[in-house]
Amino acid sequence: MSENKIANKYQVRDVNVFYGDKQALFNIEVDVLENQVTALIGPSGCGKSTLLRCLNRMNDVIDVCKISGDILLDGQDIYSKKIDVVELRARVGMVFQKPNPFPKSIYDNVVYGPKIHGMIEHKSDGDEIVETSLKRAGLWEEVKDRLDSPGTGLSGGQQQRLCIARAIAVSPEVILMDEPCSALDPIATARIEELIDELKEKFTIVIVTHSMQQAARVSQKTAFFHLGKLVEFGDTDQIFTNPHNQQTQDYITGRYG
Amino acid sequence: MSYLTLLIILFGLIVAGYQIGQRRAKAVKPKLNSKLPEHKLHSLPGFHGAYVALWCGIPSFILMFVWLFLEPNILSLLLEKQLGEQISGMADGKVELLKSSIRRAAENSQFPVDTALLAVVESYKNIQNQANIAGMVLIVSAAIIGLLISQRNIAQRFMARHKVEYIFAVIMLLSSLVAVLTTFGVVVSLVFETIRFFDHVSVSEFLFGLHWSPQIALRADQVASSGSFGAVPIFAGTLLITFIAMLIAVPIGLFSAIYMSEYASPKFRNIAKPLLEILAGIPTVVYGFFAALSVAPLMRGWGFELGLEISSESALAAGLVMGVMIIPFVSSLSDDVINAVPQTMRDGSYALGATRGETIKLVLLPAALPGIVSSVLLATSRAIGETMIVVMAAGLAANLTANPFQAVTTVTVQILTLLVGDQEFDSPKTLAAFALGFVLFIITLGLNILALKVVNKYREKYD
Repeated sequence: MSENKIANKYQVRDVNVFYGDKQALFNIEVDVLENQVTALIGPSGCGKSTLLRCLNRMNDVIDVCKISGDILLDGQDIYSKKIDVVELRARVGMVFQKPNPFPKSIYDNVVYGPKIHGMIEHKSDGDEIVETSLKRAGLWEEVKDRLDSPGTGLSGGQQQRLCIARAIAVSPEVILMDEPCSALDPIATARIEELIDELKEKFTIVIVTHSMQQAARVSQKTAFFHLGKLVEFGDTDQIFTNPHNQQTQDYITGRYG
Repeated sequence: MSYLTLLIILFGLIVAGYQIGQRRAKAVKPKLNSKLPEHKLHSLPGFHGAYVALWCGIPSFILMFVWLFLEPNILSLLLEKQLGEQISGMADGKVELLKSSIRRAAENSQFPVDTALLAVVESYKNIQNQANIAGMVLIVSAAIIGLLISQRNIAQRFMARHKVEYIFAVIMLLSSLVAVLTTFGVVVSLVFETIRFFDHVSVSEFLFGLHWSPQIALRADQVASSGSFGAVPIFAGTLLITFIAMLIAVPIGLFSAIYMSEYASPKFRNIAKPLLEILAGIPTVVYGFFAALSVAPLMRGWGFELGLEISSESALAAGLVMGVMIIPFVSSLSDDVINAVPQTMRDGSYALGATRGETIKLVLLPAALPGIVSSVLLATSRAIGETMIVVMAAGLAANLTANPFQAVTTVTVQILTLLVGDQEFDSPKTLAAFALGFVLFIITLGLNILALKVVNKYREKYD
């Protein structure tokens, strides 16, 4: 099996998540493999975004959110007391559903992360990071002449690629994407999907998506969630061609959800 | 018949108009079973009723106000005509006196009046009665005519719904004009009085003079008979006190706003925010005696121990207390604008591994800057305009000094003292108040314009 060759990036073990009294996730067990794209799919409210936000502890911001179980990143529990959440998030970048560039210039958007993590000593370091990040995000050619103009002035698809550039500028190991194309038109979506395919060479990617075609196109592994439970998890090819579970089959054939 | 009865009649007519309109609309029978829009009643009967009621009420009310203004003028003209040659050659003031005593006599038969005038008083009473009745008839008939004409319009396809909305739009427009026209009126009156002041005192003396002592002699041979109107010391005093106040209010207000919006638990915020806003509700007089009776002696005591000479009325005491007073202006508004920055901005920053402090410094404050600037400028205008605290804690002495331990005075305090007591309304002393008010108005206007500019220039759009 190929899994033996590729290292486990994330190991999610028996994770339960509660929002106050309401349980959002039940006994989740998922492995995320290095340099692969793992897609989390399922109907709205199934907990897939909740799991994603546990992977970089974005749920910490929500007071009522409680989590039990273990999430290991490279074998280390990210919820242990020894972990600094700020350092964790520098290792695990995130791209959100709605493009959210800061109201700053394109240049400042990209160097935001590197600056606070002390990755820039001279201005030339920043220039280099901006160029490589924007190139890797496929945005360089479109914006190289107007790096000083505000990032919020770009089109929706460009803004989302800027957010991706901003995330990879910190040189993370993992990039989490929360429905990154749901606010974009089909052409911009295709751009981002190509980009995801290229990015997996360097990064491990976990993507939450509503679109089953998108999951089928970009991912190697797919996890199907329903009502907070992990229904099926396996190779994307197998999930989409030969699902073991009836619920999964109903969902991916559009009979349901 | 009094105006009260008139109002009751008008009100009755309006209610009747509403009922009639509604009835007439209901009487329009839509064609049975027809789904075509042109066969249905265009507007609900209530709109037809409101339409008739508005046409009944508005013209008659307008007429009433016009009449209220015109009636005394017409009556006074008629009275002058009646007095005829009796008043020819009399001084204007005397004529006014005569007319007003006739008016009083007409109202009250006990009022003593020259027997020669009794006939005039009687006929004036008559005229007054007639005018009164004429006015009433005019107004009531306007209401009735409005009602009759408008109710004739009611028909199946009559668009009462839109007409009523249009009438309300006009009413709203007029309401907003009231505020604009008031501002305009205030400015115009300030300008004219200021010009009159500058007939007595030159502009350059007022704006650049270093000595302020607005005493005007009652007799020519009095000591210190010429007042001097150099406004620099009092503007300097205003600046000094405002500066001290902002030095207190801006950092404390901003920090508390940041704490409230980013660090405080919702529970703490829900309790602390209203409490902080109560600070803004304390009457400034209370702050004033707090400043004068508690803070100023305290300052003096501390100063004494440190070997500093702090007078018991000092710019420092007034500025400190004023600063505390305007904290809620800075904090409450800033808190609102920081809160208004979308959560996605915070998420984006946290996801890049930024701490809370970095997120606040690098993302939230820049995004909220326009709002913060305008809150600071609002607080500044408030500080500049503040009077009571300064009167009580900083004194009246127009010292030109940058030393916060000395007594100073401010523009608003001087305006107050210039106008307190019996004054002639054409002496430079009184007019100086208008000039000061005018300059103060220009300064706050300038601050507001500056705030708008800053807000527009640095506005960071986050969607």
